[in-house]
Amino acid sequence: MGNTELKNIIGSWSENLTFVEEGSEFLIVEVPANELRDIAEKLKTNKDTAFDYLFSLTGVDYGTELGIVYHIESTTHNHMIVMKVKTEDRETPNFDTVTDIWAAAYFNESEAYDLFGIKFNGHKNLRRIFLDDDWKGWPLRKDYVDEFNMLTR
Amino acid sequence: MEKTRITMGVDVKNMETELGNEFPGNVIPAANGGNIVVTKLDAAINWGRKHSLWSLYFGTSCCAIEMMQTGAPRHDYSRFGFEVARVTPRQADLIIIAGTITVKMAPVLRRLYDQMAEPKYVIAMGACAVSGGPFYFNSYSVVRGADHVIPVDVYVPGCPPRPESLLDAMFELQNKITEESMAHRVNNNPIDGFDEGTTK
Amino acid sequence: MGNQQFLADKIRTEEYLLNMGPQHPATHGVMRMVLKLDGEEIRDVEPVMGYIHRSIEKMCEHVSYKQAIHLTDRLDYLSSHMNNEAVALLVEKAAGIEVNDRIKVIRTIMAELTRLASHQLWWAVMGMDTGALTTFFYGFRDRELINDIFEETCGSRLTMNYSLIGGVRYDLHENFVKRVKDFIAHFKKKLPEYDNLLSNNVIFRKRTEGIGILTKEQVIDFGMNGPTARASGFACDIRKKLPYSAYDKVDFQEILATEGDAFARYKVRILEMWESMSIIEQLIDNIPEGEHRVKTKAVIKLPEGEFLQRVETARGDLGVYVISDGKKNPYRLKFRSPSFANMHGLNTMSVGTKIADLVVNFSTIDVVVPDIDR
Repeated sequence: MGNTELKNIIGSWSENLTFVEEGSEFLIVEVPANELRDIAEKLKTNKDTAFDYLFSLTGVDYGTELGIVYHIESTTHNHMIVMKVKTEDRETPNFDTVTDIWAAAYFNESEAYDLFGIKFNGHKNLRRIFLDDDWKGWPLRKDYVDEFNMLTR
Repeated sequence: MEKTRITMGVDVKNMETELGNEFPGNVIPAANGGNIVVTKLDAAINWGRKHSLWSLYFGTSCCAIEMMQTGAPRHDYSRFGFEVARVTPRQADLIIIAGTITVKMAPVLRRLYDQMAEPKYVIAMGACAVSGGPFYFNSYSVVRGADHVIPVDVYVPGCPPRPESLLDAMFELQNKITEESMAHRVNNNPIDGFDEGTTK
Repeated sequence: MGNQQFLADKIRTEEYLLNMGPQHPATHGVMRMVLKLDGEEIRDVEPVMGYIHRSIEKMCEHVSYKQAIHLTDRLDYLSSHMNNEAVALLVEKAAGIEVNDRIKVIRTIMAELTRLASHQLWWAVMGMDTGALTTFFYGFRDRELINDIFEETCGSRLTMNYSLIGGVRYDLHENFVKRVKDFIAHFKKKLPEYDNLLSNNVIFRKRTEGIGILTKEQVIDFGMNGPTARASGFACDIRKKLPYSAYDKVDFQEILATEGDAFARYKVRILEMWESMSIIEQLIDNIPEGEHRVKTKAVIKLPEGEFLQRVETARGDLGVYVISDGKKNPYRLKFRSPSFANMHGLNTMSVGTKIADLVVNFSTIDVVVPDIDR
C-alpha cells in the first residue's frame, strides 16, 4: 500500500498527527506522547494497515528534545511505517509502554532507558541491561561527559 | 646455500635514545623469577610444568574464534601439551584472555584469576586485551588493556592474531617457565597489589 | 502408596536461583542467565547482558562513514562481510553512488562463503553442546579451507574489512575461481556425511525433537528473524523480500519448516548450506569484467534525512539506520541486530523444560553475544 493511502487511513484517527514525507523513503508519523498507545493499537488491529512486526525501537537525542523512533512492518501487506514521539522534558522523560501490543519492545525499551534515561510507564521490569546497575549518567545523550572512562579524539 | 640476514636499518641492541639506554616506563618484576641459575630439581619440575599447561575456557569476543581455530585440527595446540581446555578455573593453570574486557566484566576476570591455584600464567591475546585495541578512543565502557586487572606474562598483538602467532606466544611462555626457579618462588617476591596474602 | 503420599505432603520444596555465569562453555560467549529453578525444571530465565558492551554506537558518532565500516566488522564477527556490505550499501544508496555488476557479484559470492563458514561453526558447536565432540573437529577442518580462500584475496581470515563505499578493497586473486570450485566439489561430498552424523543419531533426535516449540504468531510478536524464525513458518528472508547486490539474478529457494522445534531449526540451517552452494555455483563462472572500485570523493557527506538498509546475515535481518544532519559524521547510527531480537523468545521456549534442554535451545537460536551488546 502506498504512502498516500496510509496517510488517509491514519489521518482519520486523530487530528494531532503530523505527516512527513521528504527525507525518508517511508512515511513518518509524528504522534504526541499522550496518544501513543491509542495510535499503536489501531495500527496493529486495523485490517488495512495490520502492522504486527516491530522492527526496531531507537532512542534519539535531538539536542533539546528526546525521542523514540519506531519502525513497524506488516507481514501480510509488506509495507513499513515510521512512528516518532518526542518530549522536551530532559529531567524525567517518560512515555507509555507498548510491550503488550508488540512483545518485541520488551528489551528494546530497557535499552532506551539504559542509554538515554527514558522511562516507560507500565513496563514490568525496567532496569539497566547493558551497564552496571550503579552507573551514573545516560551515555548516549549528546551532553554526556565522562573524563575517567572516555578518551575522546 | 648461504644464509643472509635482512636488517631493518635500525640496530636495536646498540640504539641510544634521548633518555639513554633505559626502558621508558615502569617494569614490575615478575613473581616467577628470571634467575638464570637453575638447579637440576628446578629443571625437572619446569620440564613437567611447561609441557602440560591446561588453559581455561575464556573467550569474550572475536579472538575466541581464532583461539578455537588453534585447537582445531590444522594448527593443533594439543601437540605441545595444552591438551584440554578446562571449564573451571580451579583445574586450570593458564588463562588466555581472548577478547575485549569491559568495565562490567573486569571483576569477573579478577575473581576467576583469584580462583586459580599457583603456579598460574596469563597470556593476553589480541589488541583489545593488550591495550584496548580499536576501542581505545571514544568508548566509555572498555578497559584499556587486561593488565589493569591481572598481571600478564605474554602479550600477543593482532586483530585477531593468526593461530601461528598464538602458538608462538605459547612457546614464549614455555621458555619463560624454563628459567624459573623454585628458590625464587619460595622466597616469595610478591607484586604489590596482586599477591597479598601469599607471603609468609 | 500411603507412604509416598505422606512424604509428598511433608517435603518442603522451594524455588531457588541459579546463576549460569558469564564464563561458561555453553553460553557462546559472555552471557549470564539467572535461572529460577524448581528441582531440575526451569520456571523463569532472565538473561543479563552487557558483559561485552563496547559502545560501538557511540563511537560511530565520532568517526566518518569510511571509518565506521571498520567498526562494524566486530559486531557479529562470524558474518563480517555482510555487516560491511550493509553500511556500504546504505551510504551508496543515500549519496547516490552507483556500482557496477562486477562489484555486486563479488560481494554476493563473498557473502555466501561467509554464510557457509558461519553455519559450519554453528554446526560444530551445536554438536559439542549436545555432547558429540567429533563435530567440533570436522567442522573447523572445513572452515579452514574457507579461511584460506579469504586470506588470499582479502588479506585476513576473520575480520575482513573488504567492502568499501564504492566497491571492494582488492581485486580477486587469480587463484580465486579455481579454489572456490575445488572447495565446493569437496564440500558437496562431505556435507551429506556430516548431516548423517547428527540427523540419524537417535540420541541427538531425542534431545532436539519436540523441544522449544514456537508458533508462527509468537515468532512475529517477538520480532524474531533469521533461520530461527523460518523454522516456524515465518517467511522473512531479506534476500527474497528486498533483494540487493546480485540476489535478483540468481535462482534459489527460501527454506521454511513448520514444526518450530529445535530439530526444525537444525534442519533449516543444513538446507541453507545447500542453497548457498547453489548460489555460488551459479555466479562463479560468469563474473563480469570491470573495475573493482568506483571513484568517490575523499570526504563523503550524506544529505539530511534518515536512511535504512536491511541485509540478511547468517543470524537474521540486520538493519542499519542512520540519521544524518549533513555533516561528515553520522548524527545517530543504530544497528538493529538480529540476535537481540531473537533473545525475546528464550523465556517462552524454556519454561517447563530442564536445564539440559536450555543448552540445546540456546544453541539452536545461534546467537553471537557481541551482536546483542554491540
